[in-house]
Amino acid sequence: MGATAIPEYNFLRYPKGLKSWLLTQDHKRIGVMYFAAIMFFFFVGGLLAVILRTELFSNRSSFMSSDTYNQFFTLHGAIMIFLFIIPSIPAAIGNFVLPLQIGAKDVAFPRLNLASWYIYVVGAFVCLFAIVSGGVDTGWTFYTPYSTTTSTSVVSMTLGVFILGFSSIFTGLNFIVTIHKLRVPGMTWFRMPLMVWGLYATAIIQVLATPVLGITLLLLILEKLVGIGIFDPAMGGDPVLFQHFFWFYSHPAVYIMILPGMAIISELIAHFSHRHIFGYKAIAFSSLGIALVSFLVWGHHMFVSGQSELAAIVFSFLTFFVGIPSGIKVFNWMMTLYKGSIEFKTPMLYALSFLFLFTIGGLTGIFLGALPVDVHLTDTYFVVAHFHYVMMGGTVMALLGGIHYWWPKMFGRMYNEFWAKVACVIIFVGFNMTFFSQFILGTKGMPRRYHNYLDQYQPLHAFSSVGAWVLGFGFLIFMIYMIHSLMRGRPAGNNPWGVLGFEWETTSPPPPENFAKDPVLSHGPYDYDTVLIQRSDIAAQRPVGRA
Amino acid sequence: MSANAQTHHILPIRVYLAVGTALLVLTAVTVWVAGHDYGEYNLIVAMIIAAVKASLVAAYFMHLRYDNKVYLAVFVGALLFLAVFIILTMLDTLRRGDVNAIETGPIDQNAVIYQQQVIDTSHTGAMKSVDSASTHTSPAK
Ligand code: HEM
Ligand SMILES: [Cu+2]
Repeated sequence: MGATAIPEYNFLRYPKGLKSWLLTQDHKRIGVMYFAAIMFFFFVGGLLAVILRTELFSNRSSFMSSDTYNQFFTLHGAIMIFLFIIPSIPAAIGNFVLPLQIGAKDVAFPRLNLASWYIYVVGAFVCLFAIVSGGVDTGWTFYTPYSTTTSTSVVSMTLGVFILGFSSIFTGLNFIVTIHKLRVPGMTWFRMPLMVWGLYATAIIQVLATPVLGITLLLLILEKLVGIGIFDPAMGGDPVLFQHFFWFYSHPAVYIMILPGMAIISELIAHFSHRHIFGYKAIAFSSLGIALVSFLVWGHHMFVSGQSELAAIVFSFLTFFVGIPSGIKVFNWMMTLYKGSIEFKTPMLYALSFLFLFTIGGLTGIFLGALPVDVHLTDTYFVVAHFHYVMMGGTVMALLGGIHYWWPKMFGRMYNEFWAKVACVIIFVGFNMTFFSQFILGTKGMPRRYHNYLDQYQPLHAFSSVGAWVLGFGFLIFMIYMIHSLMRGRPAGNNPWGVLGFEWETTSPPPPENFAKDPVLSHGPYDYDTVLIQRSDIAAQRPVGRA
Repeated sequence: MSANAQTHHILPIRVYLAVGTALLVLTAVTVWVAGHDYGEYNLIVAMIIAAVKASLVAAYFMHLRYDNKVYLAVFVGALLFLAVFIILTMLDTLRRGDVNAIETGPIDQNAVIYQQQVIDTSHTGAMKSVDSASTHTSPAK
């Protein structure tokens, strides 16, 4: 050690002062601010989850009333979706990494970027207001007619989500323009890192779909406040129409959640296999393919809503197409691993967990897309297990991989690799204990959003709750070693992993203007067969190493 | 990309006047059409005229015709997505009664939907007997 030290001139330290942070236009600082915010809400949402699971340990009410339970799962869902997972990878990691990866000094609209963070904070406070002023018990989906008749704080909650939508749109808009306009000379579309492709596809969905959510929630608010009747059959409206509106956004939104996760995985798998990624174009285009198909399948959430049989059949049919681009990605990642020189660092462990868990989540999604199967499984724990496998097993694993991968770049320090691996294994085991048991519960008929349940479900529920505690314990370790790293982690050096990509050519943490001198593109992002790399960790630790 | 994509295009005043006149004429047509009854096609006729007017405004007053074609693509793309939304939603709303005609009928205000059932909640009664013995499984190992 000692060979490398943290550079004095870096974006965390310059310019100085609280005001310089609050008014910053530096994408890296905004990324860090987003990162702090989403981790906070992940913590809150996770705490709610563990409380829910503790309540579900026994089949009778142990310390919560049914009403409290309804509020808790709604809050857990709404916080996890709107305040955590949607902004997580694009706004936190993407903000930090994207300009670095394309060799730019910043995003295209730095002020808009800062505005998006403040809008996020305002939206979060409005949601908070909803929680303290009566709570919400509709589920994160706000379905009519219940949401228009309940007396809980649906209006302020939806208003909060409406505001949050703008922060998401601003980020998406910013990324699209940044990717079109600010790439370093010579970086053609097909020489961009796959992370950038993933963020691009995500941004398109954010810009196209989020306004629909905004309108939907406005309509809901109008319906509740002045009774315009659009969702009320007594006035010629249609409550199922709400579900159409809602899922026209929210199905694409699940790809806002998973596409950036896939983007991170493409990076991790290629870099930790030290191999040219297999099927670059296939992966890039499948991101766009997913983005497009995602707009055509929303009705698979409505198979038992009373929509017409014809619509149900068409939506079921279309849903199967989503399997194609997702499958293309998974197979290309596997081919990249094949004969790669794989290095099992923590980010790679998370990438492999992702492969395993996302595949389960995706395949069970195909089950659910099959109309006759879904009629039985919908609104059971099978669905709960499915979407946790995708969102937590998929996106959160990718996010964790990304956090570990770019952490040294963000803060200039390494974390403890041993404890990181321990935590990864505990999280993986805990996750499967918690949610695999729920697949079985669901097929046996355990309905979702229930507070008490029949005796025969008790053993599996108890097992799942123990899994949640294991999972929580894993995250506790994560928190401890990351805080330790922030304070006294070993300085990372420019390129601790020995990988390609612009972000590893500058110092860690980078200077405020990203690169000391303008970066020059000399090779593609995955050209491991032709480029010799200087590894800062080997330079510091081992006399000779593998390049 | 066309040559004038990046430069500011200035239209001669008579183009504006022509488009303006066209819009006024089409407004008159709208009024005239409203006096006739085309039955089912009323909405379609009105929408066609409105669409032509909106396109004129977008193409000339808002310069979409002379700007970088990317903007046109974005604009048309948004319309396409709107079309997807409306068409797929109507696939539902227009075909609700296909299998069970009763689904389209009015709600019977006097129908008995839920029969009140008395469920024993004292932890000892009927619910517990629901074959709990036969389905006790140990957690996945
Ligand atoms: C610590 C791990 C987690 C545990 C133990 C957990 C547990 C739960 C539980 C018990 C429910 C209520 C199920 C029901 O009664 O229907 C639930 C619902 C839900 N969870 Fe999680 N969860 C976790 C992580 C996550 C994450 C990371 C996300 C998304 C990013 C998420 C999203 C949701 C959503 C959207 C719902 C549905 C809420 C609703 O029904 O309205 N969860 N979760
Ligand atoms: Cu969906």
